[in-house]
Amino acid sequence: MEAIEFTTPKTIDEAVQAMASKGDRARALAGGTDLLVQLRGGRRSADLVVDLKEVPELNEISYRPGSGLTIGAATPCYRLYANADVAANYPGLVDSASLIGSIQIQGRASFGGNLCNSAPSADAIPPMIALGAVANIVGPSGSRQVPVEDFCTGPGRNVLEPGELLVSINIPAPAANSGANYLRFIPRNEMDIAVAGVGSAVVLDASGQNFVSARIALASVAPTPVFSKAAGDSLAGKAVSDEAIEEAARLAMEDAKPITDMRGTIRQRIHLVGVLTRRTLNNAIKRARGEE
Amino acid sequence: MASNIVLSEVEYNVVGKRHLRPDGVDKVTGRAQYGADVQLTGLLQGKVLRSPHAHALIKSIDTSAAETYPGVHAVVTAADLPFASLSREELGGEYQRLKLASNHVLASDKALFKGHPIAAVAAESQHVAEEAARLIRVEYEVLPPAMTVRQAMESDAPLLHEDLFTSELGELSDKPSNVASHMAFETGDLDEGLKQADVALEREFETASVHQGYIEPHNSTAFWNTDGQLNIWCSTQGPFVVRTSVADILRHPVSRVKVTPMEIGGGFGGKITAYLEPIAALLSRKSGRPVKVLMTRTEVFEASGPAPGTWMKVKLGVTSEGKITAADIFLAFEAGAFPGSPVMQGAACALACYDVPNARINGYDVVVNKPKTAAYRAPGSPQAAFAVESVIDEICEQMGMDPVEFRLRNASREGVRRVEGPIFRRIGLVECLEAARNHDHYKAPLEGPNRGRGVAAGFWFNRGFQSAVNISVNPDGTVNLIEGSVDIGGSRASIAQQAAETLGIAYEDVKPTVVDTDSIGYTMVTGGSRTTFATGWAAIEAAEDVKTQMVERVARIWDTPVEDVQYIDGILSHKSDPELRMSFRELARQLLGTGGGITGASNVDPSGEGNGFGVHIVDVEVDPDTGKTTILRYTAVQDAGKAIHPSYVEGQMQGGVVQGIGWALNEEYFFNDQGHMMNSSFLDYRMPTALDLPMIDTVIVEVANPGHPYGVRGVGEVPIVPPLAAIGSAISHAVGRRIDRLPANPGAVLEAM
Ligand SMILES: Cc1cc2nc3c(=O)[nH]c(=O)nc-3n(C[C@H](O)[C@H](O)[C@H](O)COP(=O)(O)OP(=O)(O)OC[C@H]3O[C@@H](n4cnc5c(N)ncnc54)[C@H](O)[C@@H]3O)c2cc1C
Repeated sequence: MEAIEFTTPKTIDEAVQAMASKGDRARALAGGTDLLVQLRGGRRSADLVVDLKEVPELNEISYRPGSGLTIGAATPCYRLYANADVAANYPGLVDSASLIGSIQIQGRASFGGNLCNSAPSADAIPPMIALGAVANIVGPSGSRQVPVEDFCTGPGRNVLEPGELLVSINIPAPAANSGANYLRFIPRNEMDIAVAGVGSAVVLDASGQNFVSARIALASVAPTPVFSKAAGDSLAGKAVSDEAIEEAARLAMEDAKPITDMRGTIRQRIHLVGVLTRRTLNNAIKRARGEE
Repeated sequence: MASNIVLSEVEYNVVGKRHLRPDGVDKVTGRAQYGADVQLTGLLQGKVLRSPHAHALIKSIDTSAAETYPGVHAVVTAADLPFASLSREELGGEYQRLKLASNHVLASDKALFKGHPIAAVAAESQHVAEEAARLIRVEYEVLPPAMTVRQAMESDAPLLHEDLFTSELGELSDKPSNVASHMAFETGDLDEGLKQADVALEREFETASVHQGYIEPHNSTAFWNTDGQLNIWCSTQGPFVVRTSVADILRHPVSRVKVTPMEIGGGFGGKITAYLEPIAALLSRKSGRPVKVLMTRTEVFEASGPAPGTWMKVKLGVTSEGKITAADIFLAFEAGAFPGSPVMQGAACALACYDVPNARINGYDVVVNKPKTAAYRAPGSPQAAFAVESVIDEICEQMGMDPVEFRLRNASREGVRRVEGPIFRRIGLVECLEAARNHDHYKAPLEGPNRGRGVAAGFWFNRGFQSAVNISVNPDGTVNLIEGSVDIGGSRASIAQQAAETLGIAYEDVKPTVVDTDSIGYTMVTGGSRTTFATGWAAIEAAEDVKTQMVERVARIWDTPVEDVQYIDGILSHKSDPELRMSFRELARQLLGTGGGITGASNVDPSGEGNGFGVHIVDVEVDPDTGKTTILRYTAVQDAGKAIHPSYVEGQMQGGVVQGIGWALNEEYFFNDQGHMMNSSFLDYRMPTALDLPMIDTVIVEVANPGHPYGVRGVGEVPIVPPLAAIGSAISHAVGRRIDRLPANPGAVLEAM
């Protein structure tokens, strides 16, 4: 391990300048729960670490009923589930924020860090995809927006160019009669990496008996988080029924392209995608109907 | 906690009470000194370079770039070990043993497991040491590895040691083999026993390598002074064992090696072998400076002892009345890269719970390209019990017999001869089985789908071995107790209690201190459930020595014959003159003016065994969609003989169960096809967390051990023996398929369903 420079910018501009000054040798630091582990373990190296915790825009949560939720990229998980607006309107995000790591990890770990770390197993990403989240990026050449489902490009890789920063994540305001849920499967009950994970979001009609639309996203079953568009689209317009849910689960299983490793086999993971798709859809439906 | 069952009649003042532990304040305030805390003037930091291959010839090692790297003070390889410059003639019969011991510390011609030490560097800082280690050029010729006993026992398996010949029932075979030894125990007539049986069932089992998982990684600091004095500070269960093996491997006089055991963050059997100590010592000798070497967690997993993976077959013959008539057992245990698995202990424990008239047990010690296995709580017994107890459970299921009742019909009791020879004295298995049967847990019906209950019994020897204790009387009436037993599970307290009880003084008046190997007589490891038993015994004898000297002193002061003085509950008094009476404290105050201080000393080596038994009950629920097992309820019953400190006995029982749950459900060394461990972190090596466990209920049964002054049996090993089988059987009942492989992780259970 070599010496690393460390800087704590106070504004987005300063942060972008710092990032740009070292190109791909600069790493942003939010909670550090991925970055510090990786630097120490020799899995990543950097010449400059740019601490984002003192840039105001990156540490805010704001909610407006019309435009939705903006999560500053470095906001730790505990602030998400402690936020009344988030708790009331985005239980699907709370599912994820409250199961990442442990209480200690949740005190530091951010959704932005989870997204930028771009692990296939990242627990915050599937619910964000299911809820139609968009990433706000700034860099030396200006700002751009990327839907979260297009953000990751491979294990640990994403669309960020050297010098670019994730500023925040936008999540649309919840539609009427909508609900979401994220579940992952782990052999233990905490401190584990998802063998498979599924985030589901549904919008029902006023009767609560029919799907208007649905989005389903998967974790740990491909080199990136997977947006299973076919599975979600299959529900649109259908009556809520076990058959419809079963069909969505089958389509989600088709979109899963996992590997066998120490955490699970291909067979097990595909099977789990089916199980978790059914369970998350049922939970999301309950939430949409206000039953939970 | 359910109430404990006390069957011994003696009432004690200090023994059996829940006193505060003497090391508590230091530990909860973070002041306790562990090996990583050792700071010495001029201290260098070491780093070990390890083999990236599971099996490879070492063609060459070039350390020149590391040696000249700025900040580096020493680089060592196997060439620096004395073995490298000793000839076969000089070593004679010691040759093969020393070769294996030396090669384990630092590989010479061959790397035998991924993580095998190849070289080490001492430098100004950890970073420099790491950088320099990276500059060492090692040329390997990679060989295919043999990773499991089944693979390694194949006739065409890659050979780990060209010069390893099977010790076949004591005779050396003539062809080199990965089977280091084949041992057997036999009693009665197996064929006859099988003929008498109405039911015979044979099953095959496999278990994975698992690690003890202690929280504190291995560490060692050494300073080799120019006068030849070698001082070592380390985390070990056995400072005297470290002294012996360092002296052996470095061919240095035992008297010139001093080992200071620091506080220890867990060991469970895994901190007995000297891994880093000889390396730190060599680095220190070469650099002339003290050197500290630490392992990372990955190094702990890859290069310190796991418990062996196994392949086992058990055949039992049983009459329709549920009496075992015959047992035929095959145990093949992974030794790791060097011979020495606990297959012999596994074989001796396999049937110890039962009175089996006809039995044959074959055990094979097999080398594989994994780290050398080390002791892990009741080494060998949990695996053997998994196999035997699972077959018993299946037989009970087939015969529709209550599993506790079945075990009672066959239970070992006083006078029963074990398959390997010894005859039991008074033991408490029957009492444990009865306590289990009478427990609320066992009486409560288990209802609901996907649920199952398992029961299993377990045994450990609890042998004594050597211990020493010195006790000096202070002028204020307290005593200093000096011992060589590293305190892992509260033994300072349990040993001080036995001294206080014997002296008739308050527990708080005994101040126990664990010291280095120069400062106390030979004391075996803290392990094998021996410490409270044997070091406790040494404390009792040292206290008796103090009492004798106190009586002599007061007799002199009173000018009366020693025979006229009695010592009862800490009071010295004249048998006939009521005026002559003195408390321990009063006499202590007068010692310096009446002939000098008093120190009692003892060295003991108790013969006989404490023989511990436990019976566990567990309820599980299995998620039929995912195969994930939830432990709903767990009760552990165990004969402690005498629970000197009941809280620490309960702690040992719960701890053993937790580790057993991990072993049964999720823990395993996961290797890729090149023999590389893929899960060498606590993230992916899945030990249970607090959220994975129910409250573990304990019942201590006390059937006093006739072989110990206070009836102690030892408690640390037994509780890890039954969980594997109890959980395996519980899952089997929940899913309707037998579990014959561990871990029974969700994927495996799903496949079984
Ligand atoms: C014990 C433990 C348990 C864990 N358990 C889980 C779990 O259950 N589920 C899970 O999904 N993860 C888990 N993780 C991983 C980690 O906690 C999460 O991925 C977390 O969300 C990362 O957030 P962070 O703020 O700590 O990111 P950091 O470590 O600060 O950053 C992560 C990566 O993103 C980059 N980065 C961060 N912010 C930005 C930005 N604004 N712009 C550009 N790049 C940026 C960093 O340079 C780094 O490469 C665990 C980690 C630990 C140590």
